[in-house]
Amino acid sequence: MDKLLEILSENSSFTPKELSLMLGEPEDYINAQIKEYEQSGVIKGYQAIVDWEKVPEAGVTAIIELKVTPQKETGFDEIAKRIMAFEEVTSMYLMAGAFDFSVMVKGATMQEVASFVARKISCVDGIKATATHFMLKTYKLGGLCFVDDEEADGRSMVL
Amino acid sequence: MIDYQNFTNDKIEQVKPSGIRKFFDIAIEMDNVISLSIGEPDFQTPWHIREAGINSLKKGKTWYSPNKGFIELRKEICNYYKRRFNLSYNPDSDVLVTVGGSEAIDLVFRAIVNGGDEVLIPEPAFVCYTPLTYMAGGKPVIIETKAENNFRLTREALENAITDKTKLLVLPYPNNPTGAIMEREDLEDIADLIIKNDLMVLSDEIYGELTYGGKKHVSIAELDGMKERTIVVSGFSKAFAMTGWRLGYALGPSEIIKQITKLHQYGIMSSPTTAQYAAIEALKNGDNDVAEMKSDYDIRRRLIVGKLNEIGLTCFEPLGAFYTFPCIKSTGLSSDEFATRLVKEKRVAVVPGTAFGESGEGYVRISYAQSLKNIKKALKRIEEFVKELKNENKG
Repeated sequence: MDKLLEILSENSSFTPKELSLMLGEPEDYINAQIKEYEQSGVIKGYQAIVDWEKVPEAGVTAIIELKVTPQKETGFDEIAKRIMAFEEVTSMYLMAGAFDFSVMVKGATMQEVASFVARKISCVDGIKATATHFMLKTYKLGGLCFVDDEEADGRSMVL
Repeated sequence: MIDYQNFTNDKIEQVKPSGIRKFFDIAIEMDNVISLSIGEPDFQTPWHIREAGINSLKKGKTWYSPNKGFIELRKEICNYYKRRFNLSYNPDSDVLVTVGGSEAIDLVFRAIVNGGDEVLIPEPAFVCYTPLTYMAGGKPVIIETKAENNFRLTREALENAITDKTKLLVLPYPNNPTGAIMEREDLEDIADLIIKNDLMVLSDEIYGELTYGGKKHVSIAELDGMKERTIVVSGFSKAFAMTGWRLGYALGPSEIIKQITKLHQYGIMSSPTTAQYAAIEALKNGDNDVAEMKSDYDIRRRLIVGKLNEIGLTCFEPLGAFYTFPCIKSTGLSSDEFATRLVKEKRVAVVPGTAFGESGEGYVRISYAQSLKNIKKALKRIEEFVKELKNENKG
């Protein structure tokens, strides 16, 4: 994999100067490369990785499995477009396996999410079945561990 | 009251505790310290290696191993040295599996040195060679390596240090703390002197996997006429992130291995069994792990070296191990003052160069066995520190 993307996908806060040092490439090259990735859509954006459990009243997250009937000609994509348009949906994937879409939904309460699924998602044409799973705890996200204390360095100075 | 001095060995009284520890003790008392002072990988042992150890326990492999180590492991060590460093050893007679590379170093001194023999030790270097030589009854003779030679051992420096009492040369490359390596030409430059003066070499290659900038570690044993007078010491700690397993080895002429095996047999009996099973897995299927960790170290190394030079702490390019050794003379502080004030004022722990010998004065050791995130944070703090010092000096 491209080292530049690898580093940025883990931590996008490095400056072009730092990236240039780390990769042994000129700063201009790094800038051009990032610009190219941004323009071509390889890099879609930059976000903070938030541990919502530490934020008061941050609400709940659910993963909803959807089974659908693909539409003639447009297949899965039209249904996907309809569902991803709901602002409650934070991410969505087409899956291989026992169901078709995996949809991540955020809401204030479990009731709110349940009602969103029942009243909005279930009513979209082509939806055959839904299964809602509420997330209880985040162990790892975006390559970062959320559980063990990352700052804790268990190493001893022996010599 | 018992005067314990009457009971303790006279020599051990003379041995000073390691200077690295002092800084760790200061740092551990404080909150929010980023430690760039530790000499072990921040990575944990790769899972498949850990599992091999766990599985051996599940199967009940909880007994001693043969004194020299399991033959399967000795064979893998020989395969590995052939594969990576082009050296052929006989697993039956030329290998001893030890409790870390450290035990092997100790054994070599004790098995080779007679009272009064001189042992040449290039410094700055890892802290164990001098006290262990001394305890073995030898006389440590320090060869100071210099920044202008990229801390390599030069022919001239070696020639000046050899006397008719010299018996052993320690070759600690890739070097802790400087990050220096010895390239083939550098080794060729000294090999004939070693042969002419009939010396043995203890080549500490524990960082042999960790070289950068397209340079591959070359063992002096690879050179004509050198294998028969070199004992290679290495281990699993640094390359495979296996420090806590305590496993290393010595490779060398069978006559020497035979002697050190006796010491090992009486003093240790055999190296940890579980660790040996894990190590077999490491050597069989761990090359990719080593390459991945090395690639991460390299990225950190470039960042840290580039940034230190930018800050004004000039730093020659370290090509091995996971340390940088910047010069801090421009700050007007001694190594000890620099390290003490840095940890107290900015919560970044580094080790003063003097912990690795007097020739380390004017330098500090900064380890990049630390996450990029923390390295980035620490560099910012070091930058602030150096700026504040400059203002102080102006004022």
